[in-house]
Amino acid sequence: MSCCGTGSELSMLAATDPREILLASRPIAGNLRQTDLSVPDVHCGACIHTVEKALSGLEGVNSARVNLSTKRVTIKWRADLDTPPEFIETLRNAGYEAHLFEVDHEAKDATLSELIRALAVSGFAASNIMLFSVSVWSGAEPATRDLFHGLSALIALPTLLYAGRPFFRSAWQALRHGRTNMDVPISLGVSLAFGMSLYETATHGPHAYFDASVSLLFFLLIGRTLDHMMRERARVAVKGLARLAARGALVQQADGSQTYLPVEEIKPGMTILLAAGERVPVDAVVTQGLSELDVSLVTGESVPQPAQPGADLRAGTLNLTGPLMITASAAANGSFLAEMLRMMEAAEQGRSAYRRIADRASSLYAPVVHLTALLTLIGWMFVEGDWHHAITIAVAVLIITCPCALGLAVPMVQVVAARRLFEAGIMIKDGGALERLAEVDTIVFDKTGTLTQGNPRLVDADKIDPAMLNLAGAIAAHSRHPFSRALASVARAATSSITFDVIAEIPGCGMEARMGSNMLRLGRPEWALDCVAGADINASSVVLSRDGKRLADFRFEDSLRAGAADSVTELKRDGVAIEVVSGDREAPVHALAASLGVSAFAGVLPGGKAEHVADLAKAGKKVLMVGDGLNDTPALMAAHASMAPATAADVGRNAADLVFLRDNLEAVPLAIAVSREAQKLVRQNLALAVGYNFIAVPIAILGYVTPLVAAIAMSGSSIVVVANALRLRGRRVSDAKRDTDTKNSIAMRMEPAE
Amino acid sequence: MTDYFYLIPIAIGLGLCGLAAFLWSFSSNQYDDLQGAAERILHQDDTPLSH
Repeated sequence: MSCCGTGSELSMLAATDPREILLASRPIAGNLRQTDLSVPDVHCGACIHTVEKALSGLEGVNSARVNLSTKRVTIKWRADLDTPPEFIETLRNAGYEAHLFEVDHEAKDATLSELIRALAVSGFAASNIMLFSVSVWSGAEPATRDLFHGLSALIALPTLLYAGRPFFRSAWQALRHGRTNMDVPISLGVSLAFGMSLYETATHGPHAYFDASVSLLFFLLIGRTLDHMMRERARVAVKGLARLAARGALVQQADGSQTYLPVEEIKPGMTILLAAGERVPVDAVVTQGLSELDVSLVTGESVPQPAQPGADLRAGTLNLTGPLMITASAAANGSFLAEMLRMMEAAEQGRSAYRRIADRASSLYAPVVHLTALLTLIGWMFVEGDWHHAITIAVAVLIITCPCALGLAVPMVQVVAARRLFEAGIMIKDGGALERLAEVDTIVFDKTGTLTQGNPRLVDADKIDPAMLNLAGAIAAHSRHPFSRALASVARAATSSITFDVIAEIPGCGMEARMGSNMLRLGRPEWALDCVAGADINASSVVLSRDGKRLADFRFEDSLRAGAADSVTELKRDGVAIEVVSGDREAPVHALAASLGVSAFAGVLPGGKAEHVADLAKAGKKVLMVGDGLNDTPALMAAHASMAPATAADVGRNAADLVFLRDNLEAVPLAIAVSREAQKLVRQNLALAVGYNFIAVPIAILGYVTPLVAAIAMSGSSIVVVANALRLRGRRVSDAKRDTDTKNSIAMRMEPAE
Repeated sequence: MTDYFYLIPIAIGLGLCGLAAFLWSFSSNQYDDLQGAAERILHQDDTPLSH
């Protein structure tokens, strides 16, 4: 191999290796293997048809089924094939971009299934028991009443045993560890109500609370299911994004053969063949070849770094222009990525555990409720000395205070808020994140890829001679270097008429094209020009030359993310302190910070970012970290709340509380505004729930609660709380302009970043 | 009064049928892709019934 040569064994295009597909598939019954692909462009019935037809036509494919809701296709193919069929190429030919999706090992979400089944059963039971109860309340004869109570008991018992399990389990867990949570009063209230009603039924008593017991379960399961669905949807959406870490690499064995190995099996000293467009799988040293590397996701530096033999590469960087032969210097668990994971764990331990508002409310609420019931029991014993009556009233107190509204108060608001954020292309991991986000008073932004696009943009395009621009664009169209792409996109209109005799990319240098007797070069000044004296050179300038003579200069800068300036202004107006902390060099960071009017720290190491965030936290600030790089992940973990764009590194996306799928940075102020509004509604809802208790509890203590009163009070308070939560949705009109094109952008952002 | 003895079992039985139908459709993955199901009906292949 020559120093700049392209090895014949390596292709320039990073097609998905069939061995990578094999690695990501899993065996299923019937001697088949299953592969899941994410196909973001599938959006209608015709697409389903095309995709399924194209895939089913392949040799060895047993079945292909598209899921339109999740934009995924599940392919089952015969396991006895040596190499998997060319799924991704076939789909590309059919016009659909596809990428591998990690096959879930637990095929379905078991918790969600359990909750939905429980919800269905309790819904059935609640409606039927309520039918009987209404007849009893309307004045049924004693014989009929006893019959109806008996039937209600028959329906209620299996329902409680089946649908009550999620609550009983969680309550038991809490009690065993000496804590109480919201599920303790729920379980106690539901079971006691049932037990007392059973006794009443057996003794032909007039009042039974089967309806209260079961409809309570039904309402609470609604809240629980919604809460779970919200988290699940965010998790699935984030998982569906393209993987940015390497899954495996082509390793050259001692005998000269090449094997595709998963990342975990790569050992130090192995020789890896890295094609252009692939990510470096583990920390390594270059042994052969010249190229340029996009390190923005790893260190935050925006300008591609040259790589020549001897250079150290960090896992996760992207090889841009030429193929490289590299020697692994660390195993996967000793690589930069693993180091970041360890720092993340350390940061997580350092952060004080956040207790969700519902947990805090319940830790106050549960003892008060139980104490009230106990005092009621003692009080009535003291006054009347009638055990049966005293216990009946004490249980009525427990039923009426059972935190039905409280159980719905928080999840309802958070689900509505999450839905609104989802529509704006923002995924939220769980409700706790929303609460933490609302408290934020300081925002720390990463620069490259977060405040900026991470893609260079041509500066002063309109001052450059259009003929030269078109010529450069025509040459640049043959390269995947970020500068070339920027040039090609500006010149796109008029380049098709220009043709070259020979065109080649010289990794680390630039593009070379022959046109008749002229040699055109586009690239580094010191390579393209015979004489660089007097030229103004910096790392981000490119020249176009003919036979060593300068034709034109091009300068690039990283462009601001859409909405960045507006968002920063908006946030500052809201009184939030803003800082930029970047691993990039001084000049670009300070230029950017000055243009936005915020303070900046440049050249910060990954550990330094987390420390900076921790220092701010020590000073009493609630920090929101917004970042995309591997080097940001420890800081994302250390911060009070965190956000990452969809283009962020895999670990970063998993660490962040919120992931925004759209390019626009206005996601940040929008998320904060929604979270604050949600927090206000949560407080109102809690106040409503407590206020309801202030009225209902004295009535219960005085012994005036009948099953009818309990049913009205409970449903009434739940409806009020739900209606209040829905107000958050009603305020969407003012955000209408932000919400346009949502669906398209979500689809767009879910394409692979490479 | 005697009407109860068949009306109530009928009412509860119908409810149970509905519940069973839901649980069956849920466990056979019929709610996995609601959007897709709505679209598929428009693009079924026009294959004649086999004789």
